[in-house]
Amino acid sequence: MSPLSALLLRDVRLAVRLGGGAFIGVLFFLIVVTLVPFAVGPDLALLARIGPAMLWLGALLATLLGLDRLLASDHEDGSLDLLLMGRMPLELALAMKAFAHWLTTGVPLVLATPVLGILLNLDPSSTGAVAITLLAGTPALTFIGLIGAALTVALRRGGLLLAVLILPLNIPVLIFGVAASSAATAGTVPFRGPLLILCALSLMSLVLGPVAAAIALRQGLD
Amino acid sequence: MSLIDLATPSRFAALSARLMPALVALTAVAFLVGGMQAYLAPDDYQQGATVKIMFIHVPTAWLGIFAWMVMSAAALGTLVWRHPLADVAAKAAAPIGAAFTLICLLTGSLWGRPMWGTYWVWDARLTSVLVLFLLYLGVIALWHTIDDPTLAARTAAVFTLVGAINIPIIKFSVEWWNTLHQGASVFRLGGSAIHPSILLPLMSMLAAFTLLFLTLHLAAMRNEILRRRLRTMLLMKADAAARA
Repeated sequence: MSPLSALLLRDVRLAVRLGGGAFIGVLFFLIVVTLVPFAVGPDLALLARIGPAMLWLGALLATLLGLDRLLASDHEDGSLDLLLMGRMPLELALAMKAFAHWLTTGVPLVLATPVLGILLNLDPSSTGAVAITLLAGTPALTFIGLIGAALTVALRRGGLLLAVLILPLNIPVLIFGVAASSAATAGTVPFRGPLLILCALSLMSLVLGPVAAAIALRQGLD
Repeated sequence: MSLIDLATPSRFAALSARLMPALVALTAVAFLVGGMQAYLAPDDYQQGATVKIMFIHVPTAWLGIFAWMVMSAAALGTLVWRHPLADVAAKAAAPIGAAFTLICLLTGSLWGRPMWGTYWVWDARLTSVLVLFLLYLGVIALWHTIDDPTLAARTAAVFTLVGAINIPIIKFSVEWWNTLHQGASVFRLGGSAIHPSILLPLMSMLAAFTLLFLTLHLAAMRNEILRRRLRTMLLMKADAAARA
């Protein structure tokens, strides 16, 4: 087994264990979406109209809160130092960790979307569109979040600062995610346009995220 | 004296002490000249005298963007060349850039109310400048959260370079999207689209605001150097007290 796949497997296994935090994200997603009708009122038409946006906001916040466990726990027990000193290219190692994080945080969000779509009175095609856009967009959220996690890894209470740093960078992902979802519902703009831009953002962050995070980590522990 | 001699903080402090009075005087003169030109500039045939908000709004917008580019250059200086004054320059520029961006947003909002009928609209230009303001606040928070100045400098440098991707988005937002905001009318292919009677006061005010930025930045850098000296002295004092 290659070192990279061993790292991936390790991270996935650690995340799905109790206390690993894999499904806390989905739970938070559920809670946020449940709060929405309490806040805006139970008017079903209104919920259907803002549903895609609320699902996207919930996914964004759930990802943001889960970023703490991406690098911080490894920093605490010293395995991050081992990664830095090892022969594996740091960028690839971080990419694998972020991929494992996405598999255990992002993908469950996507799988939970159909259930939550019912709570927000979305019809099946809207729910499907939101799920597809989340599938395309959550990698971007995770990999951009990787940069924030690397910048705040040494701070003890860096969670909120991480959110403050990362949210402005996540705004384009949110904009295009909701644009694609609304396009599928309203049908005035083709669904393909924003979805392709969303895919482009994910692909870009796939490269830029690990590179920037590696630079940040190397500077921090010099 | 070569450029590398400026790298020592004490040399820089001496040089900037000599430059400061001249810079302050030059800035004051530039604002007087620019202000006179702006005052004497003709009213717009549609907007009336309200068009003169432009003489504050546009230069502060340019300088808010310019400050982030200064910070990006300083970030490269920190990460690549480990220049000792680069982190001082970056930390000093952040609040100034944030202030200019905030003034740009506020004056634009006040201009938008009579012109567009709304204080705010979520179009590409306004949103990306608001994102720039949030990035400024983020980097200031980063500077203040990390204790060790060297680590803070490098972390902020990485974040500054990542955030620099927003700058071309701001510049080209009016071309790539349908925006309510005015399209590019000064720096564009084919020359400026503004009449000289308004363009010249705008350029004067831009020069004045740029001098203001340079003066404030230089003063802030001097303050930051003094702050670091103070921190070192306090640490040495605490160390001596602990040994005694």
